[in-house]
Amino acid sequence: MHRYLAGEDDRRRMLAAVGCSLVEDLFISVPAEVRCGELALPPARSEEEVRREFWALAGRNIAPECTASFLGAGVYRHVTPAVADALLQRGEFFTAYTPYQPEVSQGTLQAIFEFQTFVCQLTGMEVANASLYDGATAVVEAVLMAHRLLPDRPKVAVAGSLHPDYRAVLDTYCAPQSLTVITVPADAKGRLDATAFAKAVGNDVCAAVVQSPNFFGVVEDLPALGSIAKGAKAMAIQAVAEATSLGILAPGGAFGYDVVCGEAQAFGIPAAFGGPHLGFFATRQAHLRQLPGRLVGETVDTEGTRGYVLTLSTREQHIRRAKATSNICTNHGLMALAATIVLSLLGKKGVRDVALASHSTAEYLKAGIRGQGTGSRVKLAFPDAPTYNEFLVLHDDPDGLLARLKDELVLGGVSTTRFGAGLPRGFLVAATEHNTRQECDRLLDALRRLA
Amino acid sequence: MSEKRALRQREGLIFERSSPGRVGYQLPPLEVPPVDLATTIPAALLRGEIPDLPEVSEVDVVRHFTRLSKWNYSVDEGLYPLGSCTMKYNPRINEEVVRLAGLAQLHPLQPEDQVQGALALMWELEQALIAVTGMARVTLQPAAGAHGELAGMLMIRKALADRGEHRRIVLIPDSAHGTNPASAVFAGFEVVEVASTPEGTLDLGAIARHLEGGDVASLMVTVPNTLGVFEPEIVKAAEMLHERGAFLYMDGANLNAFVGVAQPGKMGVDALHINLHKTFSTPHGGGGPGAGPVAVSENLVPYLPVPMVENIGGRFTLSYDRPKSIGKVRGFYGNFGMLVRALAYIRSLGRDGLRLMAEGAVLNANYIRKELEGDYHLQYTGPSLHEVVFDDSLQAASGVKNVDIAKRLLDYGFHPPTMSFPLIVHGALMIEPTESDGIDELNAFIAAMKAIAREARENPDLVRGAPYGTPVRRLDEVRAARQPVLRWQARKA
Repeated sequence: MHRYLAGEDDRRRMLAAVGCSLVEDLFISVPAEVRCGELALPPARSEEEVRREFWALAGRNIAPECTASFLGAGVYRHVTPAVADALLQRGEFFTAYTPYQPEVSQGTLQAIFEFQTFVCQLTGMEVANASLYDGATAVVEAVLMAHRLLPDRPKVAVAGSLHPDYRAVLDTYCAPQSLTVITVPADAKGRLDATAFAKAVGNDVCAAVVQSPNFFGVVEDLPALGSIAKGAKAMAIQAVAEATSLGILAPGGAFGYDVVCGEAQAFGIPAAFGGPHLGFFATRQAHLRQLPGRLVGETVDTEGTRGYVLTLSTREQHIRRAKATSNICTNHGLMALAATIVLSLLGKKGVRDVALASHSTAEYLKAGIRGQGTGSRVKLAFPDAPTYNEFLVLHDDPDGLLARLKDELVLGGVSTTRFGAGLPRGFLVAATEHNTRQECDRLLDALRRLA
Repeated sequence: MSEKRALRQREGLIFERSSPGRVGYQLPPLEVPPVDLATTIPAALLRGEIPDLPEVSEVDVVRHFTRLSKWNYSVDEGLYPLGSCTMKYNPRINEEVVRLAGLAQLHPLQPEDQVQGALALMWELEQALIAVTGMARVTLQPAAGAHGELAGMLMIRKALADRGEHRRIVLIPDSAHGTNPASAVFAGFEVVEVASTPEGTLDLGAIARHLEGGDVASLMVTVPNTLGVFEPEIVKAAEMLHERGAFLYMDGANLNAFVGVAQPGKMGVDALHINLHKTFSTPHGGGGPGAGPVAVSENLVPYLPVPMVENIGGRFTLSYDRPKSIGKVRGFYGNFGMLVRALAYIRSLGRDGLRLMAEGAVLNANYIRKELEGDYHLQYTGPSLHEVVFDDSLQAASGVKNVDIAKRLLDYGFHPPTMSFPLIVHGALMIEPTESDGIDELNAFIAAMKAIAREARENPDLVRGAPYGTPVRRLDEVRAARQPVLRWQARKA
């Protein structure tokens, strides 16, 4: 038998009890025409053999932590407190199911309630859900909510500086809903062109989507753009791809936005080659009944003790089926727990310090690139635009340059060529509190020599 | 029993532990010059310190979450027979390998020559899932089962559009998971529910009648169905659909029942999602993350989401060159961390172990069925595979409902079965033991269920008042919904 299974004697006794001589007899309802032979897979392996295989696979990759890494573009390496993973590895958390039985799930439920609170505090909104898959699908859910609230408006106006992956996923989901997505380009400063935006957001637009900081790292003028959306009675949606920015930047909630949503991977969740990450979604109380995904609410038990339950489930697929506000069931609960632990550790001071340190490190790099002078082959794409911890550097052969940097164990940024045509040629450089001054100097020095 | 309580601390919210000046994490000293925000970002776009974020020490955080964890029931603690959820053991080696720096720290936008191991791993997993399902190709991107359903239905929609057809209807049996109709609607279809036969299986006559209109895009069906019964006419159903130009979508939530025994590829299935967090042991995490790869037949391959991992003579690449693709369904390439764990599980079990896994799951369910048949009513009596669906009709006379039985089970130390569906069984108790447990754990569960059946006859109030030994008693769900409190707020001074 196998280490994950019961033994021969278990099997013999249970077969006797059910009155079968062979296990095969239990599959009598499976017709011969759909049966298969032995699977074309290797035989069972011991734990040690599995470990060796995965060490070998991992060894064929370059782990950014062995380098000076400035990769961002939607995935950021911030603090990774030892406590966070130790707590996440408690089987009581990670081997539990969705908390349908609240009496034996108070740990998960209370942690989600705390997560919802953190998201409200960061975004300045009134209510937040228990998580979504990622930033891209969070933006989609926001647009679909706007479509439900304003069903007579068939268009969505989206900033051209929205993360290209978010945009691509939005296009996929909007196609069957007969929603037309209009793109509003950025201006010469890398910010959304407010005049074009005002023109695009008419009374046929249900949702106006702005990412800030945007894909180029530029901090958008959220108050002005929010007023434009509100003027047209469209839902104002802020997408956030770098959630630590909320430590110093005023959120959409401060400017009357209807939804602030996006990606919270930056709060202590590993890059993990793109997932699992953490979609978050916050909105106003008025939109509660149209909120997608799970919600945890506070209540009391029969003895008056405070406790938590999944609530307002009549919005959800397991009750409302075809009329649900989303098809989401399994969400990203453990990632929400991870962020809750990290946010608790950081607390009031740490949330701000992480943002200030990341911003300061990025400004140091920007100053260094500016200092390379007008003769340099690398230059800031938007030298006058306010940025948070990421910025776009122009270069005519970004992939070649980044490959040369890599040979010196510097991962200098993400080439815009990864995202197809339509973007300026260059690369995005992201900095976090994780990057030391020495790493920054290595990047600047390498750019001076190799660009 | 009612007096028994484990050592448990009272624990408020993390925000209520806050005390000015405590910090839980210290950053290294900033080596670059600190920026004066007034010089870099317009003041109107800035915020100050966020009020009411907690100030707690590292010790506070460890205590807080450790205490919370003790209020959860989990697979590590015991049998978790939640039907349709496949709550099997989550091996620790999977947790170890996923945390290797060369996997966990990989940035998704590193150039491909730096991530060949990760791409190889994804390609290997796709090959393994092809071997298991007998399908043509697999996208690993969907983040969960419902996300996979949506991706599958979008592919079907695109394939039909390619033929110039805009069919509106998706047929879904009344025994289906709630995600099926929701996903079909989000893919732009209308749902028509099809009543099951008296045996709880597909009604081919009803399906044939619906197909006559020519407006049916697909049938979504769970195999084995939510009663744990194999659909005996699945092949015939596929033929009928295909003759009319429609597609068969299989909800693979119950795949654990027949891995190594049968293949969807031989059933005429056009697309199915595979819940890696069910059949392939990736942990449920208290509500995800999961992973819902979708396997498709040859005719849907062109429509798979971008990107796909391709193996070009041993060099792996992410291919976006798929002109008929439905596009992207999420950021990046999938819940990679879950893909790592699933491949580790498939390697650990191997071809022989995977078949033993399915056999064990089916044997365990049949053993529970046999032992509890006299105590609980079984509405549908067809042969069970991996789960068995009893109901509360024998207990109804004494006013005890399925939810009461479930709550009383908590006092006996077990997680209850699923009760919210299938909708065709009133007062359902859907039990899926999985293969993870041996006869002794199953016997303890059976004994608890028998004791509750006895209590329901002799002392129904005891059962209706349960649970007694849990960290909280029955919670007021009506109040939670009517007066929603969805976040903590500081008391106003």
